[in-house]
Amino acid sequence: MLGKTAGSLFWMARYLERSENNARLIDAGFRIALTRSQTAAAEWKSVLVTAGVNQAFQAAHGDYSSVRVIDFLLRDPANPSSILSVIRQARDNARTARTALTRETWEAVNTSWMTLTALLKRQVREDDLPDVLTTIRQQSAQVRGALNGTMLRNDGYHFALLGTYLERADNTARILDVKYYLLLPSVAHIGTSIDNVQWETILRSVSAHRAYRWLYGAEISALKIAEFLILYPQMPRSLAFCSERMENHLSQLQRHYGDETDAWRLAHALSHEKLNAPIQSIFDGGLHQYVTGFLRDIANLARQVERDYRFVE
Amino acid sequence: MNSKEGETRTPYRDYCGWFEAEDVARIQHKAVQAEALFRTTGITFNVYGAADGDERLIPFDVVPRIISASEWRRLSRGIEQRVRALNAFLYDIYHRQEIMRAGRVPTELIASNAAFLPMMMGLDPPGGIYTHISGTDIVRTGANEFYVLEDNARTPSGVSYMLENRETMLQMFPELFAKVPVREVSDYPINLLKSLAACAPPACGGTPTVAVLTPGIHNSAYYEHSYLADHMGAELVEGHDLRVVDGRVAMRTTQGYKAIDVLYRRVDDDFLDPLNFRPDSMLGVPGIWDVYRAGGITIANAPGTGIADDKALYSYMPDIIEFYTGEKALLPNVPTWRCSEPEHLREVLDRLPELVVKEVHGSGGYGMLVGPAASKKELAAFRAKLEANPSNYIAQPTLSLSTVPIFTKKGLAPRHVDLRPFVLMSPQGITITPGGLTRVAMTRGSLVVNSSQGGGTKDTWVLED
Repeated sequence: MLGKTAGSLFWMARYLERSENNARLIDAGFRIALTRSQTAAAEWKSVLVTAGVNQAFQAAHGDYSSVRVIDFLLRDPANPSSILSVIRQARDNARTARTALTRETWEAVNTSWMTLTALLKRQVREDDLPDVLTTIRQQSAQVRGALNGTMLRNDGYHFALLGTYLERADNTARILDVKYYLLLPSVAHIGTSIDNVQWETILRSVSAHRAYRWLYGAEISALKIAEFLILYPQMPRSLAFCSERMENHLSQLQRHYGDETDAWRLAHALSHEKLNAPIQSIFDGGLHQYVTGFLRDIANLARQVERDYRFVE
Repeated sequence: MNSKEGETRTPYRDYCGWFEAEDVARIQHKAVQAEALFRTTGITFNVYGAADGDERLIPFDVVPRIISASEWRRLSRGIEQRVRALNAFLYDIYHRQEIMRAGRVPTELIASNAAFLPMMMGLDPPGGIYTHISGTDIVRTGANEFYVLEDNARTPSGVSYMLENRETMLQMFPELFAKVPVREVSDYPINLLKSLAACAPPACGGTPTVAVLTPGIHNSAYYEHSYLADHMGAELVEGHDLRVVDGRVAMRTTQGYKAIDVLYRRVDDDFLDPLNFRPDSMLGVPGIWDVYRAGGITIANAPGTGIADDKALYSYMPDIIEFYTGEKALLPNVPTWRCSEPEHLREVLDRLPELVVKEVHGSGGYGMLVGPAASKKELAAFRAKLEANPSNYIAQPTLSLSTVPIFTKKGLAPRHVDLRPFVLMSPQGITITPGGLTRVAMTRGSLVVNSSQGGGTKDTWVLED
């Protein structure tokens, strides 16, 4: 397989995952803005920071009104991570890697692009926002279904899945990075619960508020939420789960090509050292530091994958 | 579809029987479905000069164009003769130039031609093949009258439409194919792969590695490039995937550089090698030319082949065919005036409103004049262009092209069409896929079939004997 093709599959999957994650972030932000207008601006700011586009927003707009932020996140050409930009880039990468995709997968990506481009042609009214966000997530699910149901389990498949989990880990870590301060004070006072709406927002932005209830019942503690998002191995958006998947796909690639890579070694260390610690010790060492370190580690991992598999010259 | 006496022509009989029994609303519905299918598949193209990112569909007509077995036999013999002659001609002009010595083709037409590549002189392309892939544009003017309109040997495109149109028809109207015996076209990609592999260069050891070179996803024919690579099981590469490694052209894979034996390039000569041709080209591979000279890679079509598309040269095709095959051309040329010759130019200027005038190096229907359809103002403007630079133009009579039916909201209606069959050539022989691309002028009375000018396409059926 061409290095460029491998890179395009990796990035196609990252962008698709990003569109879904951003839809979830908008959903969570929108809920807060509706129910607590006094904290709306702060919440939107943290959504923009999580999506990594706060500076671009500041440069273009300035004040955090719901209407502006939502439009910026959905459609603004000045935002490289708007849903519209991201789906366009996913499709461009899919076109570049067209020969490595099944017809079903390509058509699912292309249909997503057509559907979302039509849907986001005009500014979205607030009443329509929930439907639009649902469609974005559904489109992403369709591509995942086609990929899962029709692709050969060869190198191309593993590059795509590697991209998916890397992007997802990055997203969950960013949410923790932006919201860590909410989790901190309550750790000191065991038993004090954190603000209900706030923790729900965190869980909602990874679509896990229900799962959390099922697992931990009514006990809402910072320690438990952090444990759930960082270490819980069955939670499909936790750092531990994503890291284990990344290691797995890299190890399949190694088997496919028959030589050991530095990328695999990094992923192995991530999953077996960094994520193999009790949550209390992570807090003791500093949650913020831990998350920042994790973000740095996966950025390094992404660069190493690119080098090992020659995505670019 | 009908003869002059108004009867249904024989090849259309089975189809018409089916059509008459069909509900028009159902066909209408299928036509809409077909369009959605093309969009989902991504068979779109970018129009040069149109708004950024504007992707369009080529209109697809659901009524097939039907050619009888005997008509096809005649056509394919004529096409084969023509392609053989073209290949021999290319070999000759890049070697001993016998045809110029014999005075059958003027030397200046070759030597001063921008598409002539002096660097190809004396060079033997692997297998002696220049025109690995070509497309011959054919029009029909009467019951048994076919003319060759032009030759496309530079980088003929449209073959993916031939294949997708058939695929779409099979999905829309499967029952039709049980009623009408239509010859298959779907083996084109595999024939292409075999044909290219048969032209592997001396440096190739083992099974030849074939790759398709595309300018990238923003090229108007990108869909076709990816389609062909995909269906051949070949890599689709861009210039930045390639470099010269140990005297071979190699592509960057996840496991390092891997040599390519045959490169089916869909970029023009000028952009192949920035070291040897255009230094500003970002599309090509620095040094590929030296590898080619040394027999390290096959480039298909061979560099310098584009001269065969020259419209001034076209007028010499009957002589060229006779010179190399010793036979008369089986398929006639359209009579052509070369405006570079003063008497021809005078006649063209006199009869401008009734002629079609084309640029010698033009393609895609750009920069041409259709006399009968032009306004007084357009005619005057073109007259000035002609007088300023006569050798840039040729002129042809407006042919009374035959029409075939298309499906419109008001039922069947006649429209003008042409036909581009696709021809593969290797040392093992010539393969012509039965059928080809039928392009149709969607506007009533129009003679311009180019997709860039609003033309459409339809499936082309060659019937079994």
